[in-house]
Amino acid sequence: MQKYSVFSLIKNAFSDHQNWEVAWKDPTPKKEYDVIIIGGGGHGLATAYYLAKEHNITNVAIIEKGWIGGGNVGRNTTIIRSNYMHDENGLFSEFGMDLWRKMSQDLNYNVMFSPRGIINLAHSDAQMNAYSRRGNSMRLNGIDAVLLNREEVQKLIPMADFSDNVRFPIFGGLMQPSAGTARHDAVAWGYARQADSMGVDIIQNCEVTGFDISNGKILGVRTSKGDIKAKKVGLCVAGSTNILAEMLNMTLPIETHLLQACVSEPIKPLLDHVVTFGAGHFYCSQSDKGEMVMGGDLDGYNSYSQRGNLPTLQHVLTEGIAMFPFLSKLKMLRTWGGIMDMSMDGSPIIDKTHINGLYLNCGWCYGGFKATPASGWTFAHTIAQDRVHDLNAGYSLNRFSTGNLIDEKGLGTKTWIS
Amino acid sequence: MLYINCPHCGLRSQNEFAYGGDATVKRPELNKEISDQEWDNFVYLRKSPRGKHLELWHHISGCRQWIKVERDTSTHEIFKTYKANEAIE
Repeated sequence: MQKYSVFSLIKNAFSDHQNWEVAWKDPTPKKEYDVIIIGGGGHGLATAYYLAKEHNITNVAIIEKGWIGGGNVGRNTTIIRSNYMHDENGLFSEFGMDLWRKMSQDLNYNVMFSPRGIINLAHSDAQMNAYSRRGNSMRLNGIDAVLLNREEVQKLIPMADFSDNVRFPIFGGLMQPSAGTARHDAVAWGYARQADSMGVDIIQNCEVTGFDISNGKILGVRTSKGDIKAKKVGLCVAGSTNILAEMLNMTLPIETHLLQACVSEPIKPLLDHVVTFGAGHFYCSQSDKGEMVMGGDLDGYNSYSQRGNLPTLQHVLTEGIAMFPFLSKLKMLRTWGGIMDMSMDGSPIIDKTHINGLYLNCGWCYGGFKATPASGWTFAHTIAQDRVHDLNAGYSLNRFSTGNLIDEKGLGTKTWIS
Repeated sequence: MLYINCPHCGLRSQNEFAYGGDATVKRPELNKEISDQEWDNFVYLRKSPRGKHLELWHHISGCRQWIKVERDTSTHEIFKTYKANEAIE
């Protein structure tokens, strides 16, 4: 594989950039693989990469119905953080933060990781107490957390509404300075390029239509490009999990819901951090191009449409304007939607299933992007070793029937409210 | 914008309603011996189909009645609405 560097950039400039190697090939599927990963999104690509890199399993195919990076890895708001209270989520995400910090070097691909810090705003004394508790839990797990008072927040984000007669005055906030953003497309492409170079077949425009299962063991998958045998199969399909589960006669603690995001027209650098509104559900950061990147609530009813509805967008942006009044002066550049695999406790599932050789990775709700490297790393371990790693032991499928939920927000099973 | 035909009030915009989730989920019977699996099915497990979905909505800014709506989860087409206690065809 051609290494990307300033020297290769200069060299290729002389030939008008016509002679770059393709970043990944377009192979026809083989008859059989050791492992098939269904879903060529961030998590699937990362899983294939870590299978090859950490476990030396390279006879791997990724099967993707559309094109790689066309799903949620290309539709998120690029936020990376590990500001969780519960041990399972905190330790898992903080392991991921380490992988994020090394990712550009590791993949030889600039993912533009920008640890600019995330600030969660608090709008009451009770919320400050809750943030203090969460911050302390984070610090016990080795995650950086700083409780900010009103004046400290005002220094960092003076453009927020600090006037006297607002409905939700800013009391302070909880900050994770090491959190940030990364370029989401580059994450998908970087993992794809490295996985491909180690022998992984990335098969796009190939839809899974069924599974070959005999005596409780997976034998392969049926696809629109023919039947493919496999010793092991991993599911990594986010919002489409329930569609595959139906083919497998499985019912999961997952509902599929739609989440929208949007960007404004680009403006000069203004916002240095990722900021979330504490009295509702709205978050905002500024991209390197200058666009304000914004998101918030789910559309609020089961949906596979990948297209948003206006009432929710209006509601979310109303919250945005309450936090940052200047947003009302900006024009909207783009809005879009993606379908989320909302789990019943808000935490993911990375586990084996009752079918031998079939592994499940789902339930990321709207927190999947930041988990990409840690999810791929632990899922690769679970598939390669046929047992869960300590990091994902809490993300079991049976935790719902045994009562070992990881309910970070305490919202219960109304997934569309979270 | 979804327009939902409330069986009590007529056609109203989605803004008047709150969503209530899958309407096919049935609570296990009272005073019956219930296995963990049955509770699991009721509390946590959902089919969440792509296509026709029977769901509960609450006409919270209208007549405040719960209703059932048959809706397509990929096109958002609403086929039929029912009163909460109405038999489903």
